[in-house]
Amino acid sequence: MTRQDEPLPRTRRRFLLEAGAIAGAAGIGLPLGSEHAAATPASMRAAIRKVVGEAPLNRGKIKIDVPALIENGNAVPFTVSCESPMTESDHVKAIHVFTEKNPQPNVISVQLGPRAGRASVSTRIRLADTQKIVAVAQMSDGSFWSDDVEVVVTLAACLEGT
Amino acid sequence: MARALINVPPKAKRGEVIEIKTLISHTMETGFRPDNTGKAIPRDIITEFVCKYNGQEIFRAELFPAIAANPFLTFFTVATETGTLSFEWTGDNGFSATESVNISVE
Repeated sequence: MTRQDEPLPRTRRRFLLEAGAIAGAAGIGLPLGSEHAAATPASMRAAIRKVVGEAPLNRGKIKIDVPALIENGNAVPFTVSCESPMTESDHVKAIHVFTEKNPQPNVISVQLGPRAGRASVSTRIRLADTQKIVAVAQMSDGSFWSDDVEVVVTLAACLEGT
Repeated sequence: MARALINVPPKAKRGEVIEIKTLISHTMETGFRPDNTGKAIPRDIITEFVCKYNGQEIFRAELFPAIAANPFLTFFTVATETGTLSFEWTGDNGFSATESVNISVE
């Protein structure tokens, strides 16, 4: 007699297996429901769509410069620059920065023009979590270019009291 | 009145790309942090920054709560003529600050 052939009786082992499967399925929904109000990759994509519209988003030209490992998320030195001759006919019109897991997806939006001379902006930003940062540049010809970086944050900003 | 620091080269050659650094004291309260009673502290941030060169706008930034306290911004412009660079910050609760520096272009 082989074990596999007999119909499984309602044994303790089978009961535990089933219980585990149900708990696992339910568990997927739980952390999402109890989480702090925060941007999600989906809301970041929606925020980017709002800027870009239906235009295609190309990769390249723009570059984010930020440390890959961040000790303190309260003030992270951040530079975004874009290759462009910055002439009247060919310049960067705007640069937008987004994050995936901060409470809000937007970080900064800057408007530039040919008088900027160089499309480069530095600031200090807050990062709430280990996450992806996306920068989008809008060119004068209407095209959009993007870059993204993954950063690791050890001390998160925004969410602590005091 | 918020304290602002501006760093612009006092002299530049015509057509040169110059770097402008600005820093202003502001808490940039995000609106997401809870106070001692667990209630969220209301948002109080600078929402907009504009830089004008002899009255003509050369740079504008829209800021969100993800900008760190005491917003620091660095950007570039082409030195075209001798004149004044004016800076303006506006924000929540009627916050407004202006600052200007002179630049001489040879």
